[in-house]
Amino acid sequence: MSEKSPVNWDELEAKPEFRSLLGRKARFIVSATIFFMSYYLALPILVGYFPDLMKKQVLGKVNIAYVFALSQFLMAWIIAFIYVRKASRWDKEAAEVIKGHH
Amino acid sequence: MSIALTMFVGFVALTLLITFWAARKNTGASAYFAAGRSITGWQNGLAVAGDYMSAASFLGISGAICLSGYDGFMYSVGFLVAYITVLLIVAEPLRNAGKYTMADLLAYRLSPRPVRAMASLSTLTVSTFYMIAQMVGAGVIIEKLIGASFHTAVIGVGVLMLVYVVFGGMLATTWVQIIKAILLMIGAFMLSVLVLKHHGYSLGAFFDSVTAATYAGTEAPKNLLEPGLKYGPAVAGPWGSLDFISLSIALVLGTAGLPHILVRFYTVPDAKTARSSVVWAMAIIGLFYILTTFFGFGAATILQKAQILSDGKPNPNMVAPALAQHLGGELFFAFISAVAFATILAVVAGLTMSASASFAHDFYTNVIHHGKEHRPGEEVRVARITAFVVGAVSIGLAIYLGPSVNAAFLVGLAFAVAASANLPVIVLSVFWKRFNTTGAVAGLGVGLGSSIVLILLSPNGLFGKAGAVFPLENPGIISIPLGFLAAWLGTVLTARDPAAEAKFAELKVRAHTGLGAEKAVAH
Repeated sequence: MSEKSPVNWDELEAKPEFRSLLGRKARFIVSATIFFMSYYLALPILVGYFPDLMKKQVLGKVNIAYVFALSQFLMAWIIAFIYVRKASRWDKEAAEVIKGHH
Repeated sequence: MSIALTMFVGFVALTLLITFWAARKNTGASAYFAAGRSITGWQNGLAVAGDYMSAASFLGISGAICLSGYDGFMYSVGFLVAYITVLLIVAEPLRNAGKYTMADLLAYRLSPRPVRAMASLSTLTVSTFYMIAQMVGAGVIIEKLIGASFHTAVIGVGVLMLVYVVFGGMLATTWVQIIKAILLMIGAFMLSVLVLKHHGYSLGAFFDSVTAATYAGTEAPKNLLEPGLKYGPAVAGPWGSLDFISLSIALVLGTAGLPHILVRFYTVPDAKTARSSVVWAMAIIGLFYILTTFFGFGAATILQKAQILSDGKPNPNMVAPALAQHLGGELFFAFISAVAFATILAVVAGLTMSASASFAHDFYTNVIHHGKEHRPGEEVRVARITAFVVGAVSIGLAIYLGPSVNAAFLVGLAFAVAASANLPVIVLSVFWKRFNTTGAVAGLGVGLGSSIVLILLSPNGLFGKAGAVFPLENPGIISIPLGFLAAWLGTVLTARDPAAEAKFAELKVRAHTGLGAEKAVAH
């Protein structure tokens, strides 16, 4: 289970490919997190402080509050889908970085 | 009555068979604590879903929606959206850098003993909160179904769960979760179809009647799709809206700090599989929570108050079984109750598993014995003994609290504690180079302490509604920022830790490439 040759972690970490991979990954994670938290928190905030708007019926008797709540499910699935697609590309780049160490 | 018993016995027999099969495969700590890291993506996805869709989800949420309408549906939304945090931030680094418990990731570059001691304390606290919720749910169902007393029921569940954990370990627990998740999805789907059938298979008719529901027979018709039945200013006073936001924050950030969910990612061979298991879980869990629309709101349009009474009060945990009985007769009621029972048993087993793993691995081996096992197999033995203790304590607390605490509410509190204590330190240890041991201990301690103190001072706490010092039921909006703040302050106010910072490069490479991660054991 231990590596055959001792790994120089600092050297790997300093590789430009690794730095660039991590930078792009972090940018995506941070922006996706800001987006989903804002979208999600908008729900209880609007519900709590703008109840009349949220009670407006838009689909038959179904109101904005419920439609917005359902859209959260869709939002979560879409972000997961985008992340997984990006992550499978990142996997390949990560494998390049550690090539020869497996 | 006999049909219900037969189903119960059938499920229990099946799970015991799995346990004995798993017991024979349990050789060594990696097999016992992490199922040999041999679980596949879809299997673990189902198991995560199984671990997650607890009595709180099924019994608690249907009760919360039936009695508080839209405000109860927020649990469903928050429980799913929370998985984005797990997917983006926690699952893969944890799998790549850890071994058996959440604390492995934290101890990676910080002083292991203080960090593990605190993380273990917080794991045990969150698990106990969560467990009480499940035990209470189990007691209610069994009491109604086979007429056993609440006490007998709770003790029965406790003993069964111990058999799974002590003999079967993580492998048996995982398969119990998988079977239960499938049964629960079938039950939820059938229940939803029956509700739609009641409304002539018309979504329009269904929503029309939800907007003029008789609120389980208690009051004049109300529009349950309108927010505010529980947290609106008319009902909850001026703090209601803020309380609703606080609950929402706790729900969305809590999952990524739940120890029994986190340990699931150690059962798969690598980070890629951990990722795909989160996606599987999100698909299953999302579908389930959308279905709560039907059996939650639907229950309010169909049931009468008299059908959900226990001890003269409407009991939210009774809504789903009562709806099944009303719509599908005794056979379906028996099936739904057996499903709920299976759900609880499985979740309780998962919780006990993660709590005892944390005590044995973090506290016993690493804190007391400085990371060395004195005799082979000692860690597993200590975990088994801990399982007994955790089981006994939860049985006692569940009996003490009694049958009518809402399971979803208790779990909401467990989420607040998990989000305040565990999440800040997990995030900072992965993303912040400067983060040090004092910061981690401060974050865990303040997050845990502040959330518990605020719960005790809340309207549900020591002094009741009238004497509450803290006006919110859910402490998340205060205690989560406090957890982050304490972790940050603890770090910047103390000396830099060159050893921890030097190991950050290694942690980054490990977390993001999987180099040197724990491998699956070959069978």
